[in-house]
Amino acid sequence: MGVVVLLVEIIWLGRGGQGGVTAANILVYAALREGLYGQGFPFFGAERRGAPVMAFSRISDRPILRHGMFSEADVLVVLDPKLPLIEATRRVLVRDRGVVVVNARDDEALDPRHYRLEGSAKFYAVDATRIALENKLVVAGWPVANTSMLGAFSRATGLVRIESVVEAIKEYFKGRIGEVNAKAALQAYNETKLVGEVARSVQVHG
Amino acid sequence: MTAILEESRGGRILPLTGNYAVAMAAKMARVQVVAAYPITPQTSVIEKLSEYIEAGELEATMIRVESEHSALAATFGAAIAGARAFTATSSHGLLYMHEWVHWTGRARVPIVMAIVTRAIAPPWNIWPDHSDFYDQRDAGWVMGFAMDNQEAFDLTLQAFRISEDPRVYLPVMIGLEGFILGHTTMPVHIPDQEAVDEWLGPRRQGFVIDGSEPLAHGNLAWPEDTEEMFMDIHRAMMEAKSVIREVDEEYYRITGRRYGGLTQCIRCSDAKYVVSSMGAWSGDIMEAVEKLRGEGYPVGVLRFRFIRPFPEEDVAEHLAGKKLVVVFDRAISFGSMGQLFMETVAHLAKHTGKLPVLRNIVAGVGGVNVEWREFYELIKDSIDRFEEGGELEYFTWYHKARR
Repeated sequence: MGVVVLLVEIIWLGRGGQGGVTAANILVYAALREGLYGQGFPFFGAERRGAPVMAFSRISDRPILRHGMFSEADVLVVLDPKLPLIEATRRVLVRDRGVVVVNARDDEALDPRHYRLEGSAKFYAVDATRIALENKLVVAGWPVANTSMLGAFSRATGLVRIESVVEAIKEYFKGRIGEVNAKAALQAYNETKLVGEVARSVQVHG
Repeated sequence: MTAILEESRGGRILPLTGNYAVAMAAKMARVQVVAAYPITPQTSVIEKLSEYIEAGELEATMIRVESEHSALAATFGAAIAGARAFTATSSHGLLYMHEWVHWTGRARVPIVMAIVTRAIAPPWNIWPDHSDFYDQRDAGWVMGFAMDNQEAFDLTLQAFRISEDPRVYLPVMIGLEGFILGHTTMPVHIPDQEAVDEWLGPRRQGFVIDGSEPLAHGNLAWPEDTEEMFMDIHRAMMEAKSVIREVDEEYYRITGRRYGGLTQCIRCSDAKYVVSSMGAWSGDIMEAVEKLRGEGYPVGVLRFRFIRPFPEEDVAEHLAGKKLVVVFDRAISFGSMGQLFMETVAHLAKHTGKLPVLRNIVAGVGGVNVEWREFYELIKDSIDRFEEGGELEYFTWYHKARR
């Protein structure tokens, strides 16, 4: 046991059924391909389809000792563009020098006032819903944007290479479904853009 | 918390939830019979084993029963007939099978059972604590508890070896918290099947009832004979301590991993204060202790891997002579204190005339999330107040209202 050199905590905020837990888990597969330790887990307890819900990931270059849920994150990934508008994003405190990655096609979801920021933060956006639809990634009538957001995560943070994300997705989903999801992730990676930067805190905690 | 990406021997590393790690271990032990009933948060252990059987990766019979009471009864029936048998449950399922927990323990039949821990209702609750696990302490089962997914795998595999050792011949239950480990994906090192086969060996047990020889089990015995049989269980349990240590060492040979026997003590040798715990949050406590070490606090962590047999020698070695001992419990015996604390103090008192200053902190009951930083604050506050000569509460229930 030694000093933790790298420990990144990530919150996936989506709606129950959108695949945030799957994304959190696939990230562990991708991290492993980078020689990194990972942890991925759902919100503990029961979840309701459609309700705002969190999933969690940790990535470290050392065995991860801590367990359990957290409400402060280095990276916040938002799977549903409407969640910032109902302020569900304010449940998370984005740490100083944090990264926010949002499935959004317009600026409204990216307004920093919808977020709790400890200090500076970079905002990245990708239209993951469109990418999901283009790739016919629709389950029970819902576009599934989780794998696209994994690609966006790779682009925004650089913590895992897109090659590792693509391979991790194919490992997780075998066969054609893996291919399609991997393609969506790569497409999202290429379309993800830095859309804003907050230099310092715009909101006090709470 | 072994650095598995750097230190593992052979095998492969897979991302697995704690529940899948348990299922993988049962598969690699080549269990022949699984009898189980679904209950949150255990269900995915049995689902995965069922998938292994369906895919032809595991040659075993899955007995689908109508209740947990029957699940352990069927597991017992298979085991007593000579099969390597496995089951898993949680909370109310475990309570429902409690009669059979005693029966199997007192019958001295090797069985392995995973307990994916969950609070007991009412109120209805599916979050993890240790209440269901502690409720089984007096049944003659060896009881181990994991800290992370790797250990959930390792302990489950080791459990078969311990249970089937002729010096033990007792069932073994392995605890892991639901969700915190059960539903959390982490990398797990899996040794090669051949290495496991060679290390574990074929099924062993004290007696077999398969119809080939007339043999009666569970018939009426006089009080004196009954007592002698229970004294045997106690002796076997005491003998299990050295078996657990041996198995830990031999497991190192095939995996490159050992934990230190019945407990794991981190930063203990030069510690003046020791924090004690069991389960996943021991990792959070270790992180808190590392931070405190960085600030100059001579503090260590004694983590319990087994509570039955109770590691009395480890407690004596690591806690006697310390200035302050804080024990975290994730359950309570209502009207008394935390179970781990009670047992620690009772065994420590046998080995030292001068007890350290003691503190029991009960927390996380009903699944309340406790973060590593809270442990940092609680431990730091305990040490600071102790050093300032202030009065420390002997018992504290650390509670936060829901936000």
